[in-house]
Amino acid sequence: MKKIALLLILTITLISCSSDDDSNTSQNASVTFDFTQNFNGSNVTEDDFGSAAVYTNAAGNFMSITKLRYLISRINLHKEDGTVISFNEYHLIDLETASSLSVTPPLQVPKGDYTGISFVYGFNEEDNISGEYNDLNAVNWSWPSALGGGYHFMQLEGSFDDTMGAPQPYAYHNGTARQSDGVFIQNFIEFDLDQNFTINGDTSIEIKMDISEWFKNPYTWDLNQYSTDLMINYIAQILMNDNGQDVFSLGDIN
Amino acid sequence: MRVPFRVAYWILGLSCLGIFAACSSDSENPEEEYTATPMPLTVPSIFEQFLLPPLIPGDNPQTVEGVSLGRKLFFDPILSADNTMACATCHQPQNAFTDSNQFSIGIDGIAGFRNSMPLYNMAWNNNEKFFWDGRAVTLEEQVLEPVTNPIEMHNTWANAVSSLQNHSQYPDLFLDAFGTTEIDSSLVAKAIAQFERTLISGNSPFDRYLMGDATAVTQSEINGFEIFMDEARGDCFHCHGNESNPLWTDNIFHNNGLDEVITDKGLGNVTGDPRHDGLFKSPSLRNLAYTAPYMHDGRFATLDDVINHYSEGLVYSETIDPLMKAVGEGGVHLTEEDKADLKTFLLSLSEPGFVNNPAFQNPN
Repeated sequence: MKKIALLLILTITLISCSSDDDSNTSQNASVTFDFTQNFNGSNVTEDDFGSAAVYTNAAGNFMSITKLRYLISRINLHKEDGTVISFNEYHLIDLETASSLSVTPPLQVPKGDYTGISFVYGFNEEDNISGEYNDLNAVNWSWPSALGGGYHFMQLEGSFDDTMGAPQPYAYHNGTARQSDGVFIQNFIEFDLDQNFTINGDTSIEIKMDISEWFKNPYTWDLNQYSTDLMINYIAQILMNDNGQDVFSLGDIN
Repeated sequence: MRVPFRVAYWILGLSCLGIFAACSSDSENPEEEYTATPMPLTVPSIFEQFLLPPLIPGDNPQTVEGVSLGRKLFFDPILSADNTMACATCHQPQNAFTDSNQFSIGIDGIAGFRNSMPLYNMAWNNNEKFFWDGRAVTLEEQVLEPVTNPIEMHNTWANAVSSLQNHSQYPDLFLDAFGTTEIDSSLVAKAIAQFERTLISGNSPFDRYLMGDATAVTQSEINGFEIFMDEARGDCFHCHGNESNPLWTDNIFHNNGLDEVITDKGLGNVTGDPRHDGLFKSPSLRNLAYTAPYMHDGRFATLDDVINHYSEGLVYSETIDPLMKAVGEGGVHLTEEDKADLKTFLLSLSEPGFVNNPAFQNPN
């Protein structure tokens, strides 16, 4: 009887005290998403904001960046066997908030072979509900209800030199497009990035945004034409969506 | 050998005790921690619905005794070197806890160079940067500064603490609030911060409108809100909140086009980064009826001046925020009717019940 009692105590103690540092033997691994940004391949961080760097877009505008925030939601990992691992989360990436650039969701994923990653840039129609997400409300991320409500998808701001060489502001803000009174076009983009990779242990996946893509392919964006008041500009909102299709790609996975 | 059920339960119970002892490591030295009476903040329903929970530091929970002590300290000139100036001297309840003077005058008769900030909703300052230039990183840290600032209370903390220690009531009040009669600057700051966190404003007419009371506002105020939210007209919402951000501020720092030549570097002084020169914290738009004059340096005496600035008074400087549009023309040139509506909307965010709240008045 003593033996049984001792066994009982040991077992219970082990169960209750064991922490989750058993990832070596487990079938699951954690995934970290690293969000990086570049302009035509050259890295962009907060250090490059403002007067620190001048970029040239496809239209030949000289431009600086003073703010970049964007929303990513519904990240899925696609397994080779066809199953989908869904992170039912959203992430506001803000280049001025270091902690937002690298995200490790609590959900662990099965080890094995994968064929790609998909996610939504912005919120899809189902998720884009005004006032629904208190953390986004608190950082002033809402999109005006007269323009369809919900949330911003991106805020890219800075200065560019106009045709006279004088600095002018731009605010490339993207979200739901208002076509006419009460008629709104969902403006999110679904990304489906195919790439084979294997998860053997804890893995980091780099998701790259090439900022220069917002200004080309297919539409060569001249900031002299579209710089401010773009949220209320239906054509500008649709052009953003067209240009946005190739903005994200996968980087290092290891 | 079979273990009878009763014995098995008993063993189970014992083993559970063992687990508690084995797993918990930080309750080993059961030194009796004093706890005053908890007093959770009263969170307005509109904050509950849209915002994150209030930020309360783990080492300074809100308590009845702490708030009461903080309130007494806030209104007591004992913290100043010559016993003439309290926090409330420049943060008056009837002014939503700011000063109606452009610059407050310190105990030596020297004026400051920024307008005193109004105080409310401090537990929702999400990035926890206080002052116009964000130089304090917690509310407790903020409290420490005016006491020793030479152009404000011009005291030393040693002297302030000694005055409190030799006072007939304070040692007992600190005992009630913090379990010790040994006063120090950190406990003073904690008590005042607790009181300041109770200064919550979330029940203005426009709050009541947003929460479903259609009669709480006028048509002019609703028009004004539409101008506020219209990117082509007011475009105020990018820095000053919206119907889902009832703080009416983004708590972020901007250069809002006040000066061609930056003389007060603001955030740039704190970070040392020239890209931050001339940036100041967006203030909340609540209680504007009581908080004149406006801007970090109190340069505008009236709300009309403020609206005119954004409408046609913007000037360019290198760090100007891109959200300041049409700078070449001075701004977006609102019509007189739009300006009038915008002003009535802004005033609908003022809350008489906040400035008149008996719990916020001088207890001394």
